[in-house]
Amino acid sequence: MVERNSFLTFLAHAIMILGVAVVAFPLYLAFVASTHTAQEIVQAPMPLLPGGHMWETYSKALIGGGAGAGSTAPVAHMMWVSLVTALVITFGKITISLMSAFAIVYFRFPFKGFFFWAIFITLMLPVEVRIGPTYKVVADLGMLNTYAGLTIPLIASATATFLFRQFFMSVPDELTEAARMDGASPMRFFIDILLPLSKTSIAALFVIQFIYGWNQYLWPLLATTSEDMYPVVVGIKMMVAGGDSQNEWNVVMATALLAMLPPAAVVILMQKWFVKGLVDTEK
Amino acid sequence: MEKRVQFRSTWLPWLLIAPQVIVIGVFFFWPAAQAVLQSFQVQDAFGMSTEWVGVQNFQELFQNDSYLASFKTTAQFSILVAVLGIGLSLILAIFADRILKGAVVYKTLLIVPYAVAPAVAGVLWIFMFSPSLGVVAYALGHLGFEWNHLLNEGHGMTLIVMAAVWKQISYNFLFFLAGLQSIPKSLIEAAAIDGAKAWRRFWTIQFPLLSPTTFFLLVINMVYAFFDTFAIVDATTHGGPGQATSILVYKAYYDGFKAMDLGGSAAQSVVLMTIVIALTVIQFRFVEKKVNY
Amino acid sequence: MASISLKNVIKRYGTGKTANQVIHGVNAEIADGEFIVIVGPSGCGKSTLLRMVAGLEEVSGGQISIGGRVVNDLEPSDRDIAMVFQNYALYPHMSVFDNMAYGLKIAKVPLDEIKARVDKAAKILEIGPFLERKPRELSGGQRQRVAMGRAIVRQPQVFLFDEPLSNLDAKLRAQTRLEIQKLHRELGITSLFVTHDQVEAMTLAQRMIVMNGGVMEQFGTPEEVYTRPATTFVASFIGSPPMNLLKNAPDAQAGTITGVRPEHLDITATGWALQVEAVEMLGAERLVYGRWTHSSTDELVIIRTEESHAVPVLGTTIHVTPRPDRIHHFDAATGKRK
Repeated sequence: MVERNSFLTFLAHAIMILGVAVVAFPLYLAFVASTHTAQEIVQAPMPLLPGGHMWETYSKALIGGGAGAGSTAPVAHMMWVSLVTALVITFGKITISLMSAFAIVYFRFPFKGFFFWAIFITLMLPVEVRIGPTYKVVADLGMLNTYAGLTIPLIASATATFLFRQFFMSVPDELTEAARMDGASPMRFFIDILLPLSKTSIAALFVIQFIYGWNQYLWPLLATTSEDMYPVVVGIKMMVAGGDSQNEWNVVMATALLAMLPPAAVVILMQKWFVKGLVDTEK
Repeated sequence: MEKRVQFRSTWLPWLLIAPQVIVIGVFFFWPAAQAVLQSFQVQDAFGMSTEWVGVQNFQELFQNDSYLASFKTTAQFSILVAVLGIGLSLILAIFADRILKGAVVYKTLLIVPYAVAPAVAGVLWIFMFSPSLGVVAYALGHLGFEWNHLLNEGHGMTLIVMAAVWKQISYNFLFFLAGLQSIPKSLIEAAAIDGAKAWRRFWTIQFPLLSPTTFFLLVINMVYAFFDTFAIVDATTHGGPGQATSILVYKAYYDGFKAMDLGGSAAQSVVLMTIVIALTVIQFRFVEKKVNY
Repeated sequence: MASISLKNVIKRYGTGKTANQVIHGVNAEIADGEFIVIVGPSGCGKSTLLRMVAGLEEVSGGQISIGGRVVNDLEPSDRDIAMVFQNYALYPHMSVFDNMAYGLKIAKVPLDEIKARVDKAAKILEIGPFLERKPRELSGGQRQRVAMGRAIVRQPQVFLFDEPLSNLDAKLRAQTRLEIQKLHRELGITSLFVTHDQVEAMTLAQRMIVMNGGVMEQFGTPEEVYTRPATTFVASFIGSPPMNLLKNAPDAQAGTITGVRPEHLDITATGWALQVEAVEMLGAERLVYGRWTHSSTDELVIIRTEESHAVPVLGTTIHVTPRPDRIHHFDAATGKRK
């Protein structure tokens, strides 16, 4: 910045390191815990350095059937459920939003305004405020304990449609005019020209929606009752039952880390688009 | 609002917009309408009979001590989360803005909590603070401070606040950093030449120019505290000890799915809907005012 | 006492093997009250030099002094300077008055003194009616004047201008140039003015520093720079159309470039022989482009003639004679004046 004050630079690094340490501490602890046995953890205080039981704990978590008081469902399967759910939500939302945004921006049709506002309203109401009746609808449609039930209700909100609308509005009109003069039909224009231009927005939304889908808790809690349809995020909570000493905390922590690996990987690998998409969406 | 160039087709737009409309019709408007309807009804536990009771559910709600207490709890919770979340991430963003070397590393590490599910965050924090085997609880005990969030209401609230803030720091940090970096460097230089040192520059130039971002984050954090924190509460305190951490969304869930008071839960949902709509309207109205350079 | 002294000022980016030196030892002594223009093409280092004087860039080598005080290690806020930025850098959330008062408030100047100074500056710059408005409500030219007002009220030892006229349209630019000259006559504060426009340089400078590729090619009055350019770069940079730099003039010596300005070539009966290739009619004058008849090089010679003379016919041979006291000789290898 402007000052070449070395004290301020030192302070800046100190604060950043402190911040990162505080933020990373729970994660570090989880990692350490996942490398010890359950007994070692229960004896307070728990050791602060990693132990040697990493593979054992993680296989136990992935395969399931441990001795914990809570759920002992295999985490591997739950990760699979989470993955399918997250990907379906992500792709589903992106696809239908692209289409809706395209329709709204590039066409004129009766009641367009009405549909626009209808979609806009969905932005305002997260699933948490309509749990009761949404549950009933899903139950009535026989969609409980299915992937469909886990995913479709969550595709209903309009964040993606809005982002794409903003982006499409900023695409120069000249491109569309040139395409029309070249004889392109609307769908051709959409696929050949608009979609490639939207790559960055799509990538950013991919990150945001994937994390949103992967981290869903309340809805899957309601929409599934059988252990083999639990996403890992719900599963982990089910593991923590009863008193503290009855849980196999090492397995729980291993599960926690496993649960956060895919979203963290997505965020870190696609960091640039993610940050851009996040800041641009909301503004 | 409209583009100058439009395509002409009578059937294509309908086809394109159909999937979204169907999904939101079935899974959004229909249940939302049902929620509103149900809030005016009383149903017995078996769904055998329904009776129209007008605003009775709402009246009962607002006369119910535990519901009003839940309002207070939620307000307390969201203010703490918003203030702490914004304050801490602003500090981190300010110093991150000054650093040239290693900035990417810090930034990457700081945004990891965004990827962590609230439920998982809850589990992590409850592990650290478990009165019997939590590392931090143990350390506090050593310093003479007996931690027990299962018994102490204040501890319960502190725990969910900490977990919620921890998760939200990433999001706030990213926005503040972007906001700081969008202030033209020449403004800072001009202020420096005018005689302002770093502290003064921050308060007279940078902070005022960050106000749209701050306001925006305030609303977002409130909405976050109201809704996205359900998982944290469910994974840690389950609304306890007693009712100390029973925030509105948790109570709506509990009453609807555990206590089977469908009418009451629906009424609570409607109240929540109104609050969200109000917050969103405020956000769209006021955040549209941007600072021009 | 606000002289400026630049002693062997060097600017380097990076360290060790990958270091990139962009300013190679600039030396200049500027007296109190002088209006100095730093001029050169894009990337020559003029803004970097100015920013080093301002304290916004670190000095890699050499010494900068203001008013006899070495300022290398001083923060911008401690140097008692004021700067006018290219994009004005007005605080968008403050009124014009507050923008101008900002620096004074920091210096703890009493409120009535602040008001007096702001009012006086506002009067000189004719921005009195805008004092309560915000910058976004003003036009470019008005914002420019507010930026200057902010600098004036500080009553600093030195004014620094970083291409302040570049964002204005041509008419406004000419107008503002006159205002800056007037301001300097009234206030007499030492000023460093950076521009890439040689017309601005020639009209505003008492002396100018001509820079190219991080090197100060010449430091002199507009007159000196025009009549006795120190290098071929200065010769071609100042003056429009640029000076003819000829390798193949008929009586040239080897290794020498002959320089003569288009306005100093007269069309005569005898002299250097040229075939007329093009003629541009500019109203009050015309430009004639010719090629040597004695050798077959690509060299184009430009001659400026007045409208009163006859128009040379394309393709014909004409003769030109340079005015004897207006010929310059430069070393072909170094570009320096011989």
